[in-house]
Amino acid sequence: MNNNDRPLSPHLSIYRWPITMVSSILHRATGVAMAVGYVVLVGWLFDAASGPEVYDKFLSVMDSTIGCVLLVGWSFAFFYHLSNGIRHLVWDTGRGLEKEQATASAWFVIAASIVLTAAFWWAAS
Amino acid sequence: MVRHCGIHRADRSILVGRVMSLRSPLGRVLGLGTAKDGTGHWWGQRVSGIALAILGLWFAWSIATMSGFSHVEAVTFIGKPINALLLLLLSVTMAYHSYLGIQVVVEDYVHSHGLKTASLILSRFAHILLAVAAIFAILRLGIGS
Repeated sequence: MNNNDRPLSPHLSIYRWPITMVSSILHRATGVAMAVGYVVLVGWLFDAASGPEVYDKFLSVMDSTIGCVLLVGWSFAFFYHLSNGIRHLVWDTGRGLEKEQATASAWFVIAASIVLTAAFWWAAS
Repeated sequence: MVRHCGIHRADRSILVGRVMSLRSPLGRVLGLGTAKDGTGHWWGQRVSGIALAILGLWFAWSIATMSGFSHVEAVTFIGKPINALLLLLLSVTMAYHSYLGIQVVVEDYVHSHGLKTASLILSRFAHILLAVAAIFAILRLGIGS
């Protein structure tokens, strides 16, 4: 039999990602992103304790364009990871695991985290 | 062919009256039992996650409603006893939750045994260093000034 005639199984690059897959990858990615963000949080605390000169350097770095992009990213990461973490806790009770339910909750979590991120920056401004 | 599979042999040992054990032959030879910690990681992640949902929302709210981020304002915020207490809880819980998460990521993607072990040790050192640095800074601002 000619091997070339066999159908190929879907590969990552040509596969339309189900939203549940996106939400799962996002959960891990936002978690890792916040582990990096934790370094900055500790930096904020430590530099504040180190005195005004050190602190002002920290502030000027975070006040740059890259710093602001990172802060918006970390705020989204927090709200996404929080919302999806609650989704995981609901799953842990055995609820919401049907395909349609998981798809709906994935969209809900993504929408909620965008709304919460917007509300956060609205409250901060 | 079916004769050689494990199920067939297990059936035979039941037939001859031997008590079946779920322990592996290797585990029996080494005299090792379970670590009695099979669900420890899972529970630790969940409980610290619940704590971080509360502490994180408090922190997000505090940051969003802070009047400004000058040195004086930051020191005043961190040094206030209730804030210092919650920041201590947040920093330590976050280090713990982050360590558990990074551990899973490392175990999933780093396949070389040596590199995996080195990464896990490095990750533990880094998380402890960050947590201690946070504790030191908060206590210094909460008590020192």
